Amino acid sequence: MNRLQSVVILGATSAIATAVARELAEHGARLFLVARDGERLEPLLQDLRVRGDDASAMRILGTTADLADVDAHADVWAQAQEALGDNIDAVLLAWGALPDQEACNVSVATTLEAIHVNGTSAIAFLAHIAPDFEQRGRGVIAAIGSVAGDRGRQSNYVYGTAKGMLATYLQGLRNRLFFSGVDVVTIKPGFVRTPMTEGFNRAGALWAEPETVARGIVKAMRRGRDVAYLPWIWWGIMTVIRLIPEYLFKRLKL
Amino acid sequence: MTTSWNRIPRVAHAAEVSLTRRGQPLPEAAHPLLAHALGRSYGDVCLNPGGTLLHTRDLDRFITFDTDTGRITAEAGLTLDDLLRFAVTRGWFVPVVPGTRFVTLGGAVANDVHGKNHHHAGSFGEHVRALTLRRSNGECLEVTPDGTPDWFAATVGGLGLTGLIETVTLQLIPVRTPWMRAWSQRFDSLDEFWELDARAEREWPYTVAWIDCLNPGPRGEVGRGIYSGARHATTAPARSRYREPRRAIPLDPPVSLVNRVTLRLFNQLYFRQSVHPTARAVHHLPWLFPLDAIRHWNRIYGYKGFYQYQCVLPPHAQKDGMQALLDTVAASGQGSFLAVLKRFGDRAGPGMLSFPRPGATLALDFPDRGNDTEHLFRRLDRIVQEAGGALYPAKDARMSPELFRSGFPRWEEFASFVDPEFSSGFWRRVTK
Repeated sequence: MNRLQSVVILGATSAIATAVARELAEHGARLFLVARDGERLEPLLQDLRVRGDDASAMRILGTTADLADVDAHADVWAQAQEALGDNIDAVLLAWGALPDQEACNVSVATTLEAIHVNGTSAIAFLAHIAPDFEQRGRGVIAAIGSVAGDRGRQSNYVYGTAKGMLATYLQGLRNRLFFSGVDVVTIKPGFVRTPMTEGFNRAGALWAEPETVARGIVKAMRRGRDVAYLPWIWWGIMTVIRLIPEYLFKRLKL
Repeated sequence: MTTSWNRIPRVAHAAEVSLTRRGQPLPEAAHPLLAHALGRSYGDVCLNPGGTLLHTRDLDRFITFDTDTGRITAEAGLTLDDLLRFAVTRGWFVPVVPGTRFVTLGGAVANDVHGKNHHHAGSFGEHVRALTLRRSNGECLEVTPDGTPDWFAATVGGLGLTGLIETVTLQLIPVRTPWMRAWSQRFDSLDEFWELDARAEREWPYTVAWIDCLNPGPRGEVGRGIYSGARHATTAPARSRYREPRRAIPLDPPVSLVNRVTLRLFNQLYFRQSVHPTARAVHHLPWLFPLDAIRHWNRIYGYKGFYQYQCVLPPHAQKDGMQALLDTVAASGQGSFLAVLKRFGDRAGPGMLSFPRPGATLALDFPDRGNDTEHLFRRLDRIVQEAGGALYPAKDARMSPELFRSGFPRWEEFASFVDPEFSSGFWRRVTK
């Protein structure tokens, strides 16, 4: 079981990350949160300090940064280490933005930007922190991928490409850090009711609440799971979807 | 489609917008606005056909909590479920809770909700120390009972019409444990109910009665039931672990499961459940929120939905009035699953449109049988109106403007506080 007493959460104001932060704060963890929008980060920090009985703001801290800006990563990581000390138990990468596939279809720039925000910028951060974890020889690195990364579909394959790339990178990193005793966890949420998916028809039984997914993430991080589909039913669904032969799959409208 | 809990009416909205942080400017809309969170009220008080719904579920952050005084300030979308979980482990409790904990602070204020402890603690609004109200003109009002008594009286029980309630400051009550001491006892008639209630109310801060409105008691009149009382326990029982069962109605049955046969059977079985005349330890969750253990219980009525009918009758008319209501329901053959009878305390709620007031309240639910149901409601309306009572806006999908106005005589005074850009299906219906 991994300790989760001192955790860095990047992209903390996303609904899933917020739910994870709450779960951890309620268990007394020390947290360092990073988010782009200070107007949303500050109220979240306040919320977590109440939930985590940290009225004096000693344990729950944060900073604003645009994590799509790779040049900011070194500074963000330095601040996190200063805030939590050298014994950071875990890092959760949770930033991203669901691009409009239609807009990507007609714009190379939009496509590349979406791949950067959801894929390359996360890989850059992982590459930056991996040596520190390797050296310390313990801890958990978790990143939020997506079931969309398991197979390219016309409706959101740019997002899927970025998340698929991230998943492959995490596979390699997991393999590399295994020998130093560091767990690398790939989280693959299915449909989650969050502001990111607003506008979808979210009535079906496959839609999960962010709190449910967050509990699964915390559990997967504690146990050092390799890949966690959340809720688990998505493992079955994606296995079936991956097994459909391409000559059939290309004819489907999914 | 966004509906309320009973899924009547089904109406379309022009737009639905999620609010994600406080201070966020309200949308400049060509349509009237209305806040909507968990949609646990019934009818159209939380719906705005043709207008814009402002979803406030994400406005659910704590702001401050004082461990010593038990005063909490939070965003209005925080659920009582979250708040209770937070408070109970720290020795505090929400002073007033309705029959479900899946409502938000904002909804509890806007409907000035009451609980089984009304005779002891009054309504929710009495425990609100401050709130912030965002108006469509961009103003943010700090509303307190002493500083701005008129805005406070308009917003508590104000059905979300005075603007967007952004934050709420609430005074919690201290408790020693999450457990309660509770007892229950059968009674054979309403006369027995009134006697039991008179004896129990002084000693037990929480009381409620369930009535079998289909099967008459031994003297031939409808009104038998089960009375229960409870208080917060000072010590936890030796085996004090409690896990709430997680059951759910997974999908809509093709037809309502509530019909004459199942109703009669359910009421028989419910009446025959074991009672515990001597107080014993019960966890607060099953005692206060029995239906919360079955998620989506509203689905048992099928896609078509159902009606709630909750009225209050003033003290001088409560005994005859309640018997008349029950007799009318029994004669119609359209029984109710859970008929709940509760005597309110002597204080009226602090809001201009507060529903709780001296007297007794009866809550019934009915499957939608079209005209038959509406005819029954009209007969019940007549009894309520003649008694000088009122229907609960939070549970109404069909009351007439006349009944609203007679039940809420301060409605015109209230109307001057309504934000010009806010409205609801309910409000347009009863003021037309």
